[in-house]
Order: sequence, then structure tokens, then C-alpha cells
Amino acid sequence: MFIRVNKEKCTGCETCVMSCPYDAIAMKEGKAAITELCQMCRACISVCPEGAILEIEEESDKKEKGQGRGVWVFAEQRDNTIANVSFELIGAGRRLAEMLGTDISAVLFGATESHADELIKWGADRVYLCTDELVKNFNDEPYSRLLSDLITEHRPEIVLAGATPIGRSFIPRVAARLKTGLTADCTALEVDVETKNLLQVRPAFGGNIMATIVCPHTRPQMATVRPRVMKRGEYDAARKGEIVKVSAANIQSRTRVIDSVKEVSEAAINLQEANIIVAGGRGVGGDKGFALLHELAEALGGSIGASRAAVDEGWIPYRHQVGQTGKTVSPKIYFACGISGAVQHLVGMQSSDIIIAINKNAEAPIFNVATYGIVGDVFEVLPLLTKKIKEVKGL
Amino acid sequence: MRIVVCIKQVPDTAEVRINPETNTLIRDGVPSIINPYDLHALEAGLQIKEKAGGSVTVLTMGPPQAELALRESLSLGVDSAILLSDRAFAGSDTWATAYALAKAIEHIGADIIICGKQAIDGDTAQVGPEIAEFLDIPHIAYVRKIDEIGEKSMVVQRLMDDGYDVVESSLPVLLTVVRELNSPRMPSLKGKMAAKKAEIRKLTAVDIGAEENNLGLKGSPTQVRNIFAPEARKDRTMLEGTMEEQINSLAKGLAELKCL
Repeated sequence: MFIRVNKEKCTGCETCVMSCPYDAIAMKEGKAAITELCQMCRACISVCPEGAILEIEEESDKKEKGQGRGVWVFAEQRDNTIANVSFELIGAGRRLAEMLGTDISAVLFGATESHADELIKWGADRVYLCTDELVKNFNDEPYSRLLSDLITEHRPEIVLAGATPIGRSFIPRVAARLKTGLTADCTALEVDVETKNLLQVRPAFGGNIMATIVCPHTRPQMATVRPRVMKRGEYDAARKGEIVKVSAANIQSRTRVIDSVKEVSEAAINLQEANIIVAGGRGVGGDKGFALLHELAEALGGSIGASRAAVDEGWIPYRHQVGQTGKTVSPKIYFACGISGAVQHLVGMQSSDIIIAINKNAEAPIFNVATYGIVGDVFEVLPLLTKKIKEVKGL
Repeated sequence: MRIVVCIKQVPDTAEVRINPETNTLIRDGVPSIINPYDLHALEAGLQIKEKAGGSVTVLTMGPPQAELALRESLSLGVDSAILLSDRAFAGSDTWATAYALAKAIEHIGADIIICGKQAIDGDTAQVGPEIAEFLDIPHIAYVRKIDEIGEKSMVVQRLMDDGYDVVESSLPVLLTVVRELNSPRMPSLKGKMAAKKAEIRKLTAVDIGAEENNLGLKGSPTQVRNIFAPEARKDRTMLEGTMEEQINSLAKGLAELKCL
């Protein structure tokens, strides 16, 4: 497939040049020309007032897809606990399976049958379970090898995994091995009714813009999905499914996990799992300000987050950082205190259910994503807010 | 020890803004930088060399102007630089990028390959692990500390959500590194002078013996179907009145949404 400009229709207005995020349209002799930087994003097609930009399909685009069937979810566990994102993926995967008229399976390594049963109750029709010691702890090589082998054997249409340190580390190996596409950090998944292709939506350009990615010619279509973006399905204690035992007997590993060390900080158990996050930025001003944040977080039973500015100032450790270069969170409530709302921060928190922005500057971009905005100084607002919350909760 | 550090020249995405009228990116005046995570990868490579001996080669795939990023790396003390550049690579997704880089690494040879954990423009974190798979070597992602470097193996700490794992791997190995690993050094004046004159080796698709069908748009399983501006929130309420009134309406709103 490629994009072409109909030179006769082109009036040289340069609208398309402005629209191209990849800088892939050059003006040659007063007409637009697509250069080799083109990524086929089609942004130019819709903006051209003359309808002069066309998408040309080639013979090679009609490659045959493998006969895939079923939606798969990789259900990750650590220390015998299934990660929340796994249940969210089953919810999302079930919806996709229904749209495609197929079923949904979960793949579970290093856990037990009762864990597999739990996945079934949350909506899986089938669980491929490996209980071998080799896959008890996360290890890239055995995980990627075993999952690749299972996919090759059963040929699912779609494979989803959590965009967690585990998923983001080993799923790319699987995609490389199977020569298929993988889209990272998706925030929405849909099915194109016409082609049955999976539409994978993710932030691009550091979250400045969203992109829809497709994998039209190879199977499975693979995606990692940000935790806390998808909704869990219905829990049904009576739901029955099939558990298929699989073996990792023939798999070798060149890496070995010697030790797993837990480092849990005081307030933030795990930011990504928190229901309520109270986050501070440059406007918090330092330790005194963060003490106010801690008080509010305590009253709410929430965790502490921070913008890159606050982390760079050394007011709070990096593990609390939310944003493109920190954690992606999506709690029920996110308090952004003294955070201006740089794009780098927004991409890490804008999928939160409710965002409460407190900032002195009424023009701060954080107010664009806020559910509630309070224009004011955090030193005035926070103590009042903490008092009120305590009152409401009867603390 | 043959150390290869893969870097990417990226637009400084923190500087990218959206034109609210046209919903398109404003790229004018956005500077190109070395991907910030890759600076930590370069530093890791230099430190390993200082400890275990050997050489550090910096490798990038990109258009001819990516040479600037390589010269900047050379000014930090890297021994040699390779620019993998060919029109055939244009439009590569992560799969095709990793394939080409892996072929180049095969061509030059490496015991330790280091990448930043992800690039700030794409944020996929996929190319590193994919290179390792193409080379059929192990990888360890999110390395936050290097504990031991032996002749045939190394031990590192891998950052996880709940702490870290201590992982041992045989060599050759590919590492992707996080910011906690080190503080990147600044170029010296001498380094800057040397970098200006240093020769940059150029490799093309033919040089690395890459299969044409695996390159560029043709070799990329994924395609960008369309791009659009993130939706602004429609349910926003800016609170008004005295601070106490504002706090009261906030508490009321949260209670209605069953958040308290």
C-alpha cells in the first residue's frame, strides 16, 4: 500500500504538508509529493480540500492471513498472585471474542489450577496452564519460548498481554519469533467490522497524539494493554471452562533469576494498583508541601504520586513519578496538586476516572483534562480539603 | 569485551505541541536529541569498558542526519560509530527495525548489547527484546544495576513493579537500561574535538545481508491506520466561590459519584 498525490488535482495549497506528523510531504514544482518518510498514517488524505491524495493498494497487500481462531490473554502472576491487569484483559478479550464470534482463552504460567479456575470465573472459556518449576518465576526465555510454541500450535487470532514490566519485556520476543506485529501500551481495542482486523489505539509522539495501529497481514495480532484501562468482565462463580495442562519440558534458559527483592515504599504500595492517587508537582514547593499531600493521601487511603519536575527537584523518589518517563496510572481519583500538566505527565494519568486539578494558574493545561478544577494555592486548598474529607468520612 | 550500544535520534517530544485548530503536531523548531534513555545505555557501555576492557561501538539506524547523534556519542568517549542508513529501511515498525539492527550487530559482532529501555517518541520498549530474539541471545530488560561482569556471564538487577529481580545471564546478552542505572557523563572538550574528526562507518541494507522483504514498510507487520488528537474531557467543572464553597462542592460531587 502507498499514498500518492494526483498532480492534476493538487493546487499546491500545502494543507497536507502542515497535516503530516512525519514531515513526509515535500513541495516539488508547486505540487505536493510524498517522500520516503511516509508512515501511511493517512492524515493527509482527509485534510486535502481537493481530494487529490489517494491510497493505492498493491497486489502484495492481499497476502493470505493464517487461519487464526480465538482470542488469547496472557495472564501474568507474580508470587502466586494473578495481576489485576489479567482480569481486565479477560474482560476486554471477551468483548472482542464476542464481536468476532469466537472464544477466549487465558495462558497462565507458574500458578495452580485454582488460579486457572479463577480466570474461568472471570470469563475465560479455556486456560492453558503450565505448572512447571521453570516458569514459576518470570524469566524471559522460557516464557517467550513456551508462549510462542503454544501460539504456533493453536493459532489464535489475537493475543493480549499487560503492558507491565513482564509483558513489555517478553512479549516482543514472541512477536519477533512469530514474525507478527505487536502494538505496545494500547489504551483502546476495537474490531473493524469489515476486515475483522483488530484496531489498536495507543498514544504516539510521547502522547501528543493518538494512533490507530493495525496488523492486517499476519497473525496473531498482538498487543500489550496498559493496566487499569480496560474494565473487568462479570464474575460468575458458576461458570465452567476447560483447563489444558501444558509442559515446558523441552525448554532451556540462558538466564536465571537468583533473587527477587521487594522494595515497598511507605505510602505507595504500588502506584499502578492504587484507587486514589494524590500527586504533587513543582507548585508543591518542597517537603512542607509534600507533607500536606501525605495528610490528604492518608485521609483518603491513597498513594502519593509526583510529576517529573518534583522528582527532578529531589522532593520525592523516582518510584512515585507518574508520566511518560514514570508510571502510567489510572486510579478512580487522581489529585493533581501544583502540577501544570505537561504532556509528559498527562499521558501517565489522563485515563484516571476522575481528575481533580488544583493549580494557582487558571491557564494551566492540567485543567483541560480535569473533572474538577480548583484555581488556588495548594497550601490553602489542601488543608481545607483534608479537613473536609476527614469530616465526611467521620475520621 | 565487544560492547555495542544502540541509540535513536528522536524529536524532543516534550517540545512537541498540538495545533488546536488543525489537530496536527507543530514540529517547527523541535530539536532532535539522543533518546534520553540511550544516554544511560552509552554510560553503561563506557563503564563496562572501563571495568572489563574492550571497545564500545555506537550503532544507530536512521536518516543521514542521525550522524549528529553518533558524533555526540563519540564525544563521550565511544570508540567507533556506525550509521545504518538506507532508503529501504523507511517506514520500519519495531519488527523491521529490530531485524535490521540485529543483522547489523551480527555483521559487526558483540558480546554485550545495550539499549535504552524505550525511545521517547514511540515509547514501545520493543526493539531491544526483539533484537535479542533475532540474534537468538538472552536479554534482560529494565536493568537498574550491574552487579558482576564475568568472562562468560553477568549478573544484573532488573527493575520490577514491586522491587527488583537479580538475574544472571550468559554472554552474549542484550540489556535495556533505566535511568536509575547511572548518571550519564558530559562530553569533554577533547572528546568533542575528536568526535568532529572521527570517521563514521556507514552500512546499508546490502552490507548487512538483510533480506529485502523484511525491511521498511514491506517488512513491517503493523501499519498506522490513522492518527487523531486525544479527546478533551467533556465533563469538566471549574469550581467557583470562596475556597470553602469550592471544597464543599467538590466533596459533594465526589460523594455523588460514590467516591467517598
